[in-house]
Amino acid sequence: MFNLTVNGRSVSVDAEPDTPLLWVLRDHLGLTGAKYGCGMALCGACTVHLDGQPTRACVTPVSAAIGRRVITIEGLDSKAGKAVQSAWEKLNVVQCGYCQCGQIMTAAALLAQNPQPADADIAAAMAGNLCRCATYVRILAAVKEAAATLKGGQDHE
Amino acid sequence: MNEMIHIVNESRRRFLQVGAGLTLALYFRPGPAQTASAPTGEAGDAVLEPNAFVRIGEDNTVTVIVKHLEMGQGVYTGLPTLVAEELDAAWSQLRVEGAPADAKRYNNLLWGPMQGTGGSTATANSFEQLRRAGATARAMLVDAAAQQWKVPAESLSVSAGVVTHPASGRKASFGELVKTAATLPVPSEVKLKDPRDFVFIGKPVIRTDSRAKIQGAAIFTLDLRLPDMLTAVVAHPPRFGAKVKGFDASRAKAVRGVEEVVSIPAGVAVVARDFWAAQKGRNALTVDWNESAAFKLDSATIMAQYRELARQPGAVARKDGDPEAALANAAKVLEAQYEFPFLAHAAMEPMDCVVQLRPDGCEIWNGEQFQTVDQATLANLLGLRPEQVKINMLYAGGSFGRRANPHSDYLVEAAAIAKALGAGPLAGRPIKLVWTREDDMRAGYYRPLYFHSLRAGLDKDGKLLAWQQWIVGQSIMAGTALDGMVKNGIDPTSVEGAANLPYAVPNIQVDLHSPKLAVPVQWWRSVGSTHTAFSTETMIDELAQAAGKDPVQFRLDLLGQHPRHAGVLRLAAAKAGWEQPLTPGKAGERRGRGVAVHESFNSFVAQVAEVTVRADGGFAVDRVVCAVDCGIAINPDIIQAQMEGGIGFGLSAALYSAITFKEGQVEQSNFHDYPLLRLGEMPAVEVYIVPSTEPPTGVGEPGVPPIAPAVANALFAATGQRLRQLPLRLT
Repeated sequence: MFNLTVNGRSVSVDAEPDTPLLWVLRDHLGLTGAKYGCGMALCGACTVHLDGQPTRACVTPVSAAIGRRVITIEGLDSKAGKAVQSAWEKLNVVQCGYCQCGQIMTAAALLAQNPQPADADIAAAMAGNLCRCATYVRILAAVKEAAATLKGGQDHE
Repeated sequence: MNEMIHIVNESRRRFLQVGAGLTLALYFRPGPAQTASAPTGEAGDAVLEPNAFVRIGEDNTVTVIVKHLEMGQGVYTGLPTLVAEELDAAWSQLRVEGAPADAKRYNNLLWGPMQGTGGSTATANSFEQLRRAGATARAMLVDAAAQQWKVPAESLSVSAGVVTHPASGRKASFGELVKTAATLPVPSEVKLKDPRDFVFIGKPVIRTDSRAKIQGAAIFTLDLRLPDMLTAVVAHPPRFGAKVKGFDASRAKAVRGVEEVVSIPAGVAVVARDFWAAQKGRNALTVDWNESAAFKLDSATIMAQYRELARQPGAVARKDGDPEAALANAAKVLEAQYEFPFLAHAAMEPMDCVVQLRPDGCEIWNGEQFQTVDQATLANLLGLRPEQVKINMLYAGGSFGRRANPHSDYLVEAAAIAKALGAGPLAGRPIKLVWTREDDMRAGYYRPLYFHSLRAGLDKDGKLLAWQQWIVGQSIMAGTALDGMVKNGIDPTSVEGAANLPYAVPNIQVDLHSPKLAVPVQWWRSVGSTHTAFSTETMIDELAQAAGKDPVQFRLDLLGQHPRHAGVLRLAAAKAGWEQPLTPGKAGERRGRGVAVHESFNSFVAQVAEVTVRADGGFAVDRVVCAVDCGIAINPDIIQAQMEGGIGFGLSAALYSAITFKEGQVEQSNFHDYPLLRLGEMPAVEVYIVPSTEPPTGVGEPGVPPIAPAVANALFAATGQRLRQLPLRLT
C-alpha cells in the first residue's frame, strides 16, 4: 500500500512498487487524462507534474512519487495552466487530442518557470512531446498566446 | 479566427449513460464539459426526431448524430455545421453524438451499402444529406409554429434557434415547438439555402471536441472503464506467419493480478486485472514459435526483387499513344528510379479496443472506423448475425487509416481472447485489448514498400512528349473484403496519382506489378499518393530543368485542361513570392525553394517549401506555403489545421520514417528508432484556400502528398542533388 498526494488529495493505492505512476493514475485512480503512448519517456503523452516539474509518468515507479505532490491534467489549476488551456481552446489546437494533455502539462510547467519564453525556449521545452497530428504550428502559437495573457495579467496587478 | 463560437460536446456522457445501458456514473468523472445541461429527450419528454441525424428536445437542445469517426480531422465540428446551417440553429444549442453501427441508416454514401470513415469522404458524402436533415427539421418546426399561431408557414422566419412571425412579433424557441412538431408528417421535399445565405458554412468555430480533450475528460478507448473489465496484452510472433508451437505460462500466472493466459490465432494472450499486471505477465511468458512458414526476407532483398520486376511489363493502368516509339524519337530522355520504405501509422493511441461477449451477442467499444466490415468479420468469427455485434464509436487518438482495417485485425484478436475465455470463470467480462507501442510498430499493418521506375522524354522544344512509369508494390485490397475493387490486376489505390497524371502528354503508359508478401499492408494517410506524388512531382521538376524552364511555368504550360491544379499552383507560387529571389542564408548555408502540386480525393493542393542546408549537410524546412481547393470551404479553420497537420505528418515520412525488415523481423520498435517530427522541426506554414462554389471535398489526406516532393525539389535547388528515396538523405 502506498500513500500518494494526487491533485491535492491523499490517496492510498494497492500496487506493486515497480508499477509506473501512469498506470496507478489510470487503472487504480481512474485519472485517464495522462495517456500511454510509448512507455519509454519518448513521446510525452503521459506528462504530469511532480512537485511542479514535468515528469514522464510512464517511467516513474509509483514508489518514486511518495511524499511528492502529483498534479495531473484533471487537477491543473495553476495560473499558467489555466492560461495554457484557454489559449489551446481559443486557437483550436487539438485534432485527435490524445497527446494534448501531455503537451499542456509541459507547456504549463514551462510558463511557470519561464513566463516569457523565446521560440527556441518553447521548442526546447516541448521537444519531448510528440504530436502525430502535427499540431505544432498551433502549439507554438498557443504557448505564446498564453505567455502574452500571463504578462497582461501581471501588468494589471 | 475571429467570431469563434463555442458549443458543448455532450456525446461522451450521453454514450456512457445511455448508449452503454450500464450504470457508469462511478466510472466516469464529470467535468465542466459534461455538466453544461441535462441530456436531451429523456424522461418521457417530447422529442422531434425527423431522421437519423437530428434530435431536438423540449429542453431546446439540438443533438446531431455523426456517423463518422472523429480521429482529429474535425468531423464532430464540420458535420454538425451542415445541420445547424439549414436548421438555422444557435450554435450554443448543439450537442454531438456518435452514431451506432448501422449501415441502413449511416452508410457512407460514396461507398455504397457500407458504413465507415476514410478516403477523405466524410464531408463530401454528408454535404447534401446533413443539410437535408437540418432543413427537414426546420420545416417541421416552422409548420408547428404556423399551426399554433394560425398563420401561413411562408410568413415565418427562423434565426439562431428561434421561429419568428415578424408581422405579429410572436416568437418561439425550437424547444417550445417540439411537442407540436413531433406530431406532424415528415416532409419529403425540402428547399436548401442559397449559398449566399449561409450563416455557419465558411466561418470558423471552436471545435466541439476541444474542451473535453484539453481537460482530459474526453474518453478514448484506452480510457474506458467498465465494471469487471479485464486488460489483455498479446505476445505476437517475432515474424509474420509464425505460429504458436507451445508456451509455458507458469511464471506469467504467478504475477499478481494475472487472471488467465490463453492461446489465440494471433499469439498468446495474458489477461489481467490491469495493464501493468498484463504487461509483467507477458514479460514472464515463454512462447515457443513455429517459424517454418514465417516471413524471413530483408527490406533490401525485397527492393532488389522489385527493381527486377519493374523491368518487365505489368498490368496496364493507363495507356495513351505509343510512349515506346515516342521515347525512341525524343530529343531528351530522363530515367529515374524511386524507393519508398514500409511505413507504420504510429497513431499516438496504439491499437486497442474493448470487447464483451454475451450469450446473445457481442459489444465493442472502439475508435471505430470501419463499422460494416468489422460487424461482418466479428459476426462470422463468433457465429452471430452482424446486427448482434453492437459497436460503440469512441474518439480515436489518431488513425491515419489504421483503424479501417479490411481484416479487422485487432478487433478479431480481442474477440478471439473473449471467445477463448468463454467456457471459463472469466466468461462474459469486458476485455480491453491494449497494444503497446512495440506491438503497434511490429505487429503490422504498414504502408507497402514501393519501387517506381520512370522514363520521360522531351521534344526539341522542351515539350513533354512521352511518359512511362512502372510501379511495384503489394496490393492493399487484393484478398480482402474489398477485393472486388481490383479490376484487371489493377488495385486503384496502388496507381492513384500516377495513372491520372494531370500533365498534357500525348504518349503515356503506367504499368503495375502487385507482388505478394507476408507483410500485412494497409492504407496510410493519402494512400497511393504517398508515393505517386513523390515520383511524378520530382520527375516533372527534373523535366522542367532539362527543358530549361521555370518549374512553375513548365507545370502550368501542361495543365491547360486542369484549371483547379493550375489555380492552386498559381496561388501558392504568388503567395510564396516565387518570382522573387529567396533570402540568402548565413555563411556556409545554402537555401532552396521547391514546389509540388497534386490532386487526391478530389481536392487540389500545391505547396512551396523553403529549405536551408547547413554546412554540415543537415537541413531544415523553414517555411511552407500551401494553397488548397476543396470546393466550398465548410470550415476554413479546420481546412487550415488539416493542411498544417498534413504537412507535418508528411514531413515525418520525408525526413525520418522507415519500417525495415531484417530476416523477416521489424527492426524498429518505438519512437527512438521510428522518430516523428518535433515542434522545433515544424516549418512556418501559411495556408490559402481557393474560393469555390464546387461541392466540398475532403481535407484529411490531401495536405500530405505534395510536401515530400516539394522539399526534395527545394533540396535540389539548394544543392543540385536529386533525391529519389524516402526518407530524404543528402550525401
